[in-house]
Amino acid sequence: MSVAPAEVDLPWSAEEITPDKPWLTIVWNDPVNLMSYVTYVFEHVFGYPRRKAEKLMLDVHHKGKAVVASGTREAMERNVEVLHGYGLWATVKQDV
Amino acid sequence: MFRPIKGGGASIWLSPDETTLLRALVAPVVELLNDPARPAPSANTAAESADLADAAESADLFDDLEKMFNETAAEPPKTPADPVLARLLPDAYQDDPDAAGEFRKYTESSLREAKKYFAQTLLETLPPEGGRVKLNADQARDWLRALNDVRLMFGVRLEVTEDFEDQLAALDPNDPRFAAFEVYGWLGTLQESLVWAIAR
Repeated sequence: MSVAPAEVDLPWSAEEITPDKPWLTIVWNDPVNLMSYVTYVFEHVFGYPRRKAEKLMLDVHHKGKAVVASGTREAMERNVEVLHGYGLWATVKQDV
Repeated sequence: MFRPIKGGGASIWLSPDETTLLRALVAPVVELLNDPARPAPSANTAAESADLADAAESADLFDDLEKMFNETAAEPPKTPADPVLARLLPDAYQDDPDAAGEFRKYTESSLREAKKYFAQTLLETLPPEGGRVKLNADQARDWLRALNDVRLMFGVRLEVTEDFEDQLAALDPNDPRFAAFEVYGWLGTLQESLVWAIAR
């Protein structure tokens, strides 16, 4: 005779419970990265026009962080990987 | 400092001292990025698997399953203990260690290799005795990233804040960190000039 496990891993994750919430790429403020460099990275990685890239950079600088892109989890993870290659402090998060 | 050149690249004249300095600064970053802890598949597991396979044909199935299990159950790599490395290879998920570990498991080693590649570009394009450095657009981008990694290393070790100028001004010239702060400042000017040279 066996005893049923007290806890069962449910075959779904938070991601599937809230399928309509998009995922976000967040960039955090950092005392080292140059403002001009961060702007350049946003322009180059995301293809954003200079004005938008500068606005996002200033948001990161003044507010401590900014959402720089949103979409599927996979796409946001790819963004973060590229941003880490540039030395930006980036994370993935599902929108709430 | 860097100037734009035709085709989207940049060029700079570096003195022999500056060349030597850059080499010396990039080396520890590459050193850090080398991964001595990355476990190769252990000889023991391989031997055990071989025994299993010898025992019976059907053992192949168990062998495959065991391998699959080992791969998926392997402890995901943790956030590096060295604060510089933790900054160079940051967690991709902030409040979710499991997701951060999963991400790290599949991306950390390629990120280490990419960063070493950028550093290698910098080292290979440096003239041995100083002189003119001419970078095409791709090399310039590698330089930007390599310089940034060096600056991140300094920033973490020196606990640099956004008021770096004030930190430097307040520092006693006899402080052992004084030279490092000056080098950090020079690297910032160098990187800034490269950004402006190629970001047009």
